[in-house]
Amino acid sequence: MSDENLLQTPLHDLHLELGGKMVGFAGYSMPVQYPLGIMGEHKHTRAKAGLFDVSHMGQVSVRGTNASLDFEKLVPVDVAGIEPMTQRYALFTNENGGIDDDLMISNAGDHLFVVVNAACKDQDLARMKAGLPDCEVSAITNRALLAIQGPAAASVMARIAPETADMVFMDWRPMVIEGIDCFIGRAGYTGEDGFEISVPNENADAFARRLLAEDDVEPIGLGARDSLRLEAGLCLYGHDLDETTTPVEASLLWAMQKVRRADGERAGGFPGADIIFKQLAEGATRKRVGLSIDGRAPVREGAELQDGDGNTIGQVTSGGFGPTLEAPVAMGYVSTEYAKVGTKIIALVRNREIAVTVAKMPMVEQRYHRG
Amino acid sequence: MSIKYTVDHEWVKLEADDIVLVGITNHAQEQLGDVVFVELPEIESTFQQGDDISVIESVKAASELKAPVSGSIVAVNDVLADEPNIVNDDPLEAGWFCRIKLSDTTELDSLLDEDAYNATLD
Repeated sequence: MSDENLLQTPLHDLHLELGGKMVGFAGYSMPVQYPLGIMGEHKHTRAKAGLFDVSHMGQVSVRGTNASLDFEKLVPVDVAGIEPMTQRYALFTNENGGIDDDLMISNAGDHLFVVVNAACKDQDLARMKAGLPDCEVSAITNRALLAIQGPAAASVMARIAPETADMVFMDWRPMVIEGIDCFIGRAGYTGEDGFEISVPNENADAFARRLLAEDDVEPIGLGARDSLRLEAGLCLYGHDLDETTTPVEASLLWAMQKVRRADGERAGGFPGADIIFKQLAEGATRKRVGLSIDGRAPVREGAELQDGDGNTIGQVTSGGFGPTLEAPVAMGYVSTEYAKVGTKIIALVRNREIAVTVAKMPMVEQRYHRG
Repeated sequence: MSIKYTVDHEWVKLEADDIVLVGITNHAQEQLGDVVFVELPEIESTFQQGDDISVIESVKAASELKAPVSGSIVAVNDVLADEPNIVNDDPLEAGWFCRIKLSDTTELDSLLDEDAYNATLD
């Protein structure tokens, strides 16, 4: 796609002004890094606070008398159990039990506020409209989405919006901040404490500048967003998850609450339930695992994983260099018999064998604020 | 001392009639971003002009160093194995990659001078 055809977020001018190196991502022109560089941006986020433009993601409102229960037809998740003013991670599954996207669902009291991946938003919107005939499903295109992440995020937000101080991880609220109508969730995708803030398009630039005026806050591009989420063991849709990977294989059973499982009160009723329940009962043949790597050479997406005898046992789905670990970091899928933490396997990089150990995820401890 | 360049953003410093030192330009290191790993060629290995002789891994991606001239490797900058960031900090001096003994000195004529190289950046 040529540059002229790329969509721009409301922060586009700001990205250019800050020296962002713009690339095409999911149809949008987005900053992959700023002059600080991926390594510096990554470390700054873990040390202080980083500001991310995630306006390319899809924001959707779902309204209906039984919106939460209705939504359970699309996801293997306890949506009815999401307390008002909180949010939860969810997965759209398909008839084969595979994952068509991952998403966040917030209970906004009188409706659900949903955030989906940029690359999937058209298909997700169509799925919700078709699958929720009794609900009003509307794309929210007049709002930008910002994330502030890192140990200083809470103190920065407390100065701008004191009411954020008593929010804990996964809390969500509408809130007027500096006169602007925001939706704010205490969540993110870096493994750090932080907030995601939905802001009207016309206020997004001023809001971002207000945050950047704080000494602790630097703008962070997609490059560091990727290395941060990888160290935190979080999946990137289209890489670590896709329509062929099931929640069981993807090690995302924590996202499937008991009430939706085979012996739960509202068991099944979502696409692929039979296949997913069968895998739950009998085990899957492959699992997503973290990989700790010997030496300094990054093991990247697509690298083949082998046992000691040269047999293929899996593939790397995300990999790179972890600036906080100061070492390469990767995740991938392996045959279940190799999925135990501590198992020694081999990764092939440019036909060279690199020693790899199946490792506990996350590699870098998550530091969410659970109150 | 004469320095030449390639369209692949490498520099070639003539140290003797048939010996050159090879590295990447400042523009190249800026484009790559933080270098986290360098895989260097074997000493005495031989290459044709344009062959991949080294891998440079940045946080973002892997890219190749191409042999700017044909010849054999007579030295490599082992320091880069432990401190690959030197490629970012000092690409034109301490961040050199390897020393090559040319098998065909006429290939030097195919390289760019500084003005011609700078023109490729515009």
